[in-house]
Amino acid sequence: MSLKLKALTKSIWVYHLCTGGSCNNCDIEILDLLTPRFDVERFGIMLVGSIRHADALLVTGSLTLKALECVKRVYEQAPKPCLVIAIGSCACGQGVFANGPTTPNPVDSILPVDIYIPGCPPKPEAMIAGVVKLIGKLKEKK
Amino acid sequence: MANKIIPIGPYHPLQEEPEFFRLHVDGEKVVDMDIELGYNHRVIEKISESKSYDQVTFLVERICGICSTSHPFAYTNAIDDLLGITVPERALYIRTVIGELERIHSHLLWLGLAGHFLGYNTVWMWAWRYREPILDIFERVSGNRNHYAMFKPGGIRRDMHEEDFPWIKKTLKDLIPKFDMFKGAVMDDPVIRARTEGIGVLTKEDIHDYSALGPTARASGVSIDVRKDEPYAAYDKVEWKVITHEGGGVFAKLLVRVLELYESADIIIQCLDKMPKGDIDCGIKDMPIGEGIGRHEAPRGEVFHYISSDGGNSPARHKIRAPSFMNIFSNKKAVIGETISDATIILAAVDPCYCCTERMAVVDYKSGKRIMDGQDLIRLSQEKTERMRK
Repeated sequence: MSLKLKALTKSIWVYHLCTGGSCNNCDIEILDLLTPRFDVERFGIMLVGSIRHADALLVTGSLTLKALECVKRVYEQAPKPCLVIAIGSCACGQGVFANGPTTPNPVDSILPVDIYIPGCPPKPEAMIAGVVKLIGKLKEKK
Repeated sequence: MANKIIPIGPYHPLQEEPEFFRLHVDGEKVVDMDIELGYNHRVIEKISESKSYDQVTFLVERICGICSTSHPFAYTNAIDDLLGITVPERALYIRTVIGELERIHSHLLWLGLAGHFLGYNTVWMWAWRYREPILDIFERVSGNRNHYAMFKPGGIRRDMHEEDFPWIKKTLKDLIPKFDMFKGAVMDDPVIRARTEGIGVLTKEDIHDYSALGPTARASGVSIDVRKDEPYAAYDKVEWKVITHEGGGVFAKLLVRVLELYESADIIIQCLDKMPKGDIDCGIKDMPIGEGIGRHEAPRGEVFHYISSDGGNSPARHKIRAPSFMNIFSNKKAVIGETISDATIILAAVDPCYCCTERMAVVDYKSGKRIMDGQDLIRLSQEKTERMRK
């Protein structure tokens, strides 16, 4: 396993990217992860304010046209390798807004998604389980 | 123009509706403000016209994650108005219970974020921790922590079980001492008081001028509440009062929201006690041609839905107006003349746009150069609290 990947499995710093076209619930559940009941900071997972500090992107929402360019630019600025975690039905498969005129592009047509966490919204436990699986997948790569 | 401009926005995950604020500043003072709407536009009204009446309930639920009962509530009220039907009594009580549970979780969420931006992260952690029991109740009742899918036109989708009631009542009663703690934190802490009292004051005239709604209006002494003014569901069958405060500032808005927590808990317990047995759905067969309006007092103010039916399977026209749409324009009045470090809490006080402050950036108007970003502004706000504590 390369040094970069090995470092990535230790304590993942995440950047939360709402792609527009989201109802906020996934975003609230992500914040909920930081509060006392779930408290993912125990595992070294921390929400950071700048994409340049991030190891992983938490992508929510069904990607509106207006946000498309911003999302692309954010991903370009991320230090690579960067994991992309699609959270919620909207980010996984556009959910209820699949036929919306302003949300024609699925998130995974723009970003290389590493793991999908479905649910509307997914429970915080599901998000933790998803990240654990992702770390397992990285370790298998060697 | 020598003024500098602070852009806030355009969109941020925790906002009710994405919006874009442009603060014109002269030194530390805010002298003018522009508001721009239209981001995160998902064309929900149009999508609604392509879904059946039953499916629209799920769609309107996803307008906003925090108000995910308010929109279905107003929508089902609109359908009931269109059909002119009487919804079974038990369904009305359960609707009320879900609506009030949502108010508690929404107000706690806001309280936590208010604490965060004032530099009291403890308040944030506490408020969100005591929000969890409410989400547990939702999970037990509806099967999901958010997006409860409890509503359907003409009734509710699933029943509440009598054997859960003692547990729900106990959970709520256990929360009352926690509410006391928040009330104590707001009322007695000299620093929170100094940071919020008399800041961003809106007078009664301002509220009328800007047509502000909900806790924003009630904190300026305007007693406006759809639940009282035009009772629906079970709100006229239980005892409760409209909380108002004459202050008009951020402190008044904090206090109104904290006191509403008690009223909501009280309404839920009364509803559980009085809930009759019986049907939960009146089984709608046909949709006649016609139109209906539905209103509901969401945690942020009045939600309004209008449905026009052409007798078909889906709405011919669906018009939605959310409360933040009315409230955010009152920011223009509240924020002018205040300092930048207070702007975060004032913009947050109407509860549409708390975390957009993370995207704040102070930009030199002429050179377009970035002077401060959102993190700096939050730091400014937190430092001010720190100074006052000493």
